[in-house]
Parts: sequence; C-alpha cells; structure tokens
Amino acid sequence: MKRAGFSTKWMPILLLMPQLVIIAIFFYWPAWHAIQSSFYLQDPFGFGSTFVGLDNYTDLLGNSEYRRVAIFTLVFTVLVTFFSLAIALLLAVKADNVLRGARTYRTLLMWVYAVAPPVAGFIGLIMFDQSWGPLTRLAGFFGWDFVLGVNFNDTAAAMVLVSVWKQIPVNFIFFLSGLQSIPRSVREAALIDNRSATGRFWDVTFPLLAPTGFFLLIINITYALFDTFGIVDTLVKGEPGNNPMTLVYKVYVDGFRGNDLGGSSAQSVILMVLVLALTIFQFRLIDRRIHYT
Amino acid sequence: MKRIAFTTAATLAFAANAAYAETEITWWHAMGGALGDTVNQIASDFNASQDEYKITPVFKGTYEETLTAGIAAFRAGEQPNVMQVFDAGAATVIGAKGATIPVQDLLADNGVDFDINDYIAGVRYFYADSDGKMIGMPFNSSTPIMYYNIQALEKAGVTAPKTWEEFQTVTAPALKEAGYTALSQSHLPWIFTENFHSRHNLPFATNNNGYDSVDTQILVNNDAIKAHFTAVTDWQEKGHFEWFGTGWGDNQTPFEEGKVAMWLGSSGSFGGLSKKDLPFDFSATMLPYWEGVTKEPTQTFIGGASLFAMAGHDAEENKATAAFFDFLTSSEVQYFWHKETGYVPITEAAYEMAKADGHYDRAPAAEVGIQQLSLPGGDNTKGYRMGFYVQIRDVMNREYGRILTGETSVEDAFNAIEAEANNLLARFAKTQG
Repeated sequence: MKRAGFSTKWMPILLLMPQLVIIAIFFYWPAWHAIQSSFYLQDPFGFGSTFVGLDNYTDLLGNSEYRRVAIFTLVFTVLVTFFSLAIALLLAVKADNVLRGARTYRTLLMWVYAVAPPVAGFIGLIMFDQSWGPLTRLAGFFGWDFVLGVNFNDTAAAMVLVSVWKQIPVNFIFFLSGLQSIPRSVREAALIDNRSATGRFWDVTFPLLAPTGFFLLIINITYALFDTFGIVDTLVKGEPGNNPMTLVYKVYVDGFRGNDLGGSSAQSVILMVLVLALTIFQFRLIDRRIHYT
Repeated sequence: MKRIAFTTAATLAFAANAAYAETEITWWHAMGGALGDTVNQIASDFNASQDEYKITPVFKGTYEETLTAGIAAFRAGEQPNVMQVFDAGAATVIGAKGATIPVQDLLADNGVDFDINDYIAGVRYFYADSDGKMIGMPFNSSTPIMYYNIQALEKAGVTAPKTWEEFQTVTAPALKEAGYTALSQSHLPWIFTENFHSRHNLPFATNNNGYDSVDTQILVNNDAIKAHFTAVTDWQEKGHFEWFGTGWGDNQTPFEEGKVAMWLGSSGSFGGLSKKDLPFDFSATMLPYWEGVTKEPTQTFIGGASLFAMAGHDAEENKATAAFFDFLTSSEVQYFWHKETGYVPITEAAYEMAKADGHYDRAPAAEVGIQQLSLPGGDNTKGYRMGFYVQIRDVMNREYGRILTGETSVEDAFNAIEAEANNLLARFAKTQG
C-alpha cells in the first residue's frame, strides 16, 4: 500500500498548529490551572492562598455528601444511558419496518435534539409544577403524590425523565441509520435461517448495530455526566437544597456559587480523571472487540 | 479667514471636550425585572442631578453571578466602581482586605458627612467590621416579617400571632378549621436560622458571631433551634405548616393563591405583593418568637445586599462613587426606593420622611420591617460574619429539606450542619492565611 506523505516535516506541523493551539489554550492551560489550584486554598479575590497539599482531595473523599452525590451521579448516568438507548432502539426497530427512507420524519425528530438543556428543564418544570403540572396530576391519578423540588426521589425521577426525553431523538436517528445500512442480503439470509423476529434481532441485527451502539453508549454516558447540567440547574432552580445533583453540578455549586476555588478545582480534576478513564476504556478495552464493517 | 475658522473649530473641540469631561463610573448589580427598572431610575436621576459624574448600572444576573463576575473582573483588573454583594457573600468580600475601600473611609476622604448613627439600628453593623466601621453601603435592605391574609384570619376568628406558643395553640388550629394551611416560609436558613438567633438574642457563632476573627465556629447546634425545628415538624404533621421546596417562590406562591394563610417572607416583597392583584387583602406583622426562650424579643438584622466601592480606581472615580453614595443615601432617594420596592429606608431621616408623607397610614404593612429592625438590640443581633457562608447555607437548606421530608431527624441534621459548617469555616480561615 502506498503511503501518502509530506515532503518536509514542517508542513504537517504547520497544518496541525491551529488545532494544537486551540487545544492548548482551551484545554491544557485551564486543566493545568485546575490541577494547580486543587492543591491550594485560595481567597477568591486572589489576595491569599495557602498550599494544602492533598487536603482538598481528602476532604472530598471523606465527605459523605460528596459520596452521596457521586453515587447519585452513577445511578443517574446508568438510568439515563440505559433508557435513552433502549427506548430509542425499540422505536428505531419498529420504525425501520414502516418508515424506510422517511427523511422528513428524521429531520423533524432531529429538531427535538436541538432543544437546549435549560429549555428542556424548563418544560419539565412546567409539566411537574406542584399545583397545576399535567404530569403531577397524572401521577396523582395513579396515587403518586409527586412533589418536584421537595422529595428527593421525585426530583430525581423528573431529572431522569427529562434527560431521557431529550436524548432519545438523537439515539433514534443513529439507530435508524444503522439499521438501514445493514445489507439487504444479510437480512434475507437471516429470514431464511430464523423465523423468529426476536431471534433474528439478537443474532443478526444487534451485533451488526454494535459499532453504532458502542458509539452511542459513549456519547450517552458523556451526555448524562456532563450535558445534563442545564436540566439539573433548571429543575432545582439553582438552589439544590435536599434535591439530587450530579458531580458536574456540584463543581458549579461549590466553585461559582460558593467561591471555594480549591475545593471545586479538586472536583474538576477528579472529573478529568474520570473522562480520561472513560476514553482509555473506549479505545483499549471495547473498541477492539467491536467489529466494524 | 481660514485662520479664524481653524481657531473656532479648535475652540469648539475644546469646549466639547470640557463638556464630556464628566467622570464615568459603573455599577454592577443583581436587581432584575421591576427592581432593575427602579435601579435604572435612580442612576439616571443621579446623572441628571449634576454634570460632573455619570454612573452606568449593569445587570449581572443573580446575587451569586454578580459576585462571581465581580471577583473575576477584579482578578483581571477590570472591576466596576460599585458592586452589589448580598448578605451571605459579605464575608468573602470584606475578608479580602484591599478589594474594597471601606465606604466610611471613602465618604470621609471625599468630604461627605458620615455618621453611623444616622442609619436605622438594624442596618448599621451588618456590613461593618468588628470595630463598627461601615465597609459596605447597605442598599436593598430587608428583614423577614410575617405576611397574613386578612380574610383568612377573620374567617378563623383569630389575630396574627405574636408568639410561636400562640401560633401552635390558637392560631394554627383555628386556621386549619377554617380550611387553610396556617403557615409557609421562604428561605429556612435566613428566617428560621439566622434571624431566629437574632430575634431571641442567641449567639450564632463564636468570636462575636464571627466579626472578630476568622477562626470561627458555628453555634447553630443549640437546644432552642432544635426545639423550634421539632415544633415545625410537629406543625407539619398536624397540617399547620407546609414546606413547598427550597426556592423562594415555591413557598410564596401558595400564599398568593390563598391556600396558605400566613407566609414568612422578606419585607422587600411588599412592593411586589402590592402590585399583584391578590384575591384577598394582606397585611404584615413582626416575626413571632418563643416566649419560652425569651420574654424580650430583640431586633432582627438586614438581609438583602449592599454596595461596595471596589479598590483600584483613581481618585477622581472614587470621588464620583462617593458622590453617588451621598446621593443614594439622601432621604428623597431612600424614600423613593422604599416606596417602590418595599425594601427598608436605611436612614432615620428617610424613615421620618416616609412617616411624614403618610406612607404608613396608607400601607401599615410597609412599616413592619423597619419597626422590627428598630427594636432593642442585644449582643447577638447585629448580624454574623462567616466565610464560605453560601455553602453553609446550602448545607442548611439540604438538611432542613431532609428534616421536612422525613429523611433525617432534627438531632442528626443539626449535627451534620455543625460538622460541615465548621469544616467549611476552617477551610475559609486557611484561605485568609
């Protein structure tokens, strides 16, 4: 195989420079600052700072509230990822049978994805309003006394519901495209081999969807961990109280609301390590086991 | 001819320059909506009142967002001249020595008369240092009071309670009988904690409520407040009290809807409530107290926010800031602000002016906050000064929410608040080291 190459080694570096500069300015530099300030306790105005070593980290790990938030974030991420993938997959499989090539439908669904998280949160706030929210009334009809903002579990349920609702469209689009790219010949061969639709799905369709599914899994985990910030903020109205919150939201609460720069920097560093682990997991462990066509 | 034209042009340019030689200063604030309109009105009145200075108000979002924006700007050397900082953020900005010019010094250096005794008693020391020097200029000052639905109380045949004992034995059962939830309240840390301590003259933190030094410990884990919260959960079980969430409006809305008969809120809510077309008449009275704790209830202190003169500007701009503060504290402006918003006038003179104008004959509820702030004080009534206090409030809100949803006991909640608050205070003390 012929390798395309550059005649001088400076040309590729020059072409990469803009991207590298952007990454350095907007990622490495702030990340370095976060790591640095996580070892200090500093006055918000910048007058004094005290080196405290790993105190910020040990404080966090010894704090039962931080553990509680971490556990909630884990449960929240699993629920949001699972439900938004599962529901989208179900819808896509059903739609695949009837909606071949319905581009208009796809475009319309994509628009829902464009709803900004705070707007989605606001819609949730309206739907679950304590006195007149339609979903609160629906829950009341089934004997569930739903009180958003008062009861921890109710607020958590609303967060999961709104986050899943917002994420289903994009997953649906990807799954539908994935399904439609499965060669017709494979489907026909499967039809001859196996009469059961469920069996065909798990034996043939699902493995062929794996690359799409894997990509979506990572996207959805990232979404649940980070992009749901706006939804969480809107649903707790900026005052978390006894309501659940995610780790990213806690960084904001402690850093921006509380001006505890050292503490929130330590939290950011923990999140960066988490993202790093997720990335390594993505490329090292799973990527090799997935068959890309 | 040409020469004359040139000279004229030069003269005109010079004159124009002189006309524009007014000193411009900026004011970052967190007053949205109707409050923002009133702020803009005050700023343009100031600009119209003289031609040496020009102030530009800039709305920066919530209190927390304004403080964060101000801190970021300060670190970048781009700070505004005047910044509004709310009660819970006061320790952060006052702790940062050199970030602000104490308002008392600013006024004195620029030849503006200042006497702390001109200010209403409850207003004087919240934004002062431990020596009583005023650091921040109180601006939108309010204090918690009890609003009540006049028709509801008439229907139940009771009057607004003076004490919590009266509330639980007389008022609340009668109101329940009449079909109302007796009470809801906004901002548990502010009303049922900070002002609970000042109303009963109980110490809230060591070191003179934190004013004297930063190595402070919180004293919130005491029997009086635990008994109070135990009573609150009891009221909740009986349907005499309901909690609708951490948000301010969550608890105000049921009162406005007529579902809740009495609501503990801010005296600064008076203006907003009056402008709403409520389906009932409302009035207000002072915060109830426990007769079992004290026979002589003391004053409360101000909440809301104050204005800080940021350091790092030249003398000319500081002079403009001083002139603006002078204008702001004038009786006319204070009375205007008080009448429009319901926030208390911060000076005795402005209070007298409101009285003389008959404002309180027309709206007796508007006077309640200021009367409560003017009650006799005690050792523990001037306020508190604690670092990382925004986070401490978050901890309180969390634990109170847990108490009221049955997730934890009063005892455990206060132990948790004490432990976490002291940890935060110790961490804050290190930032000042």
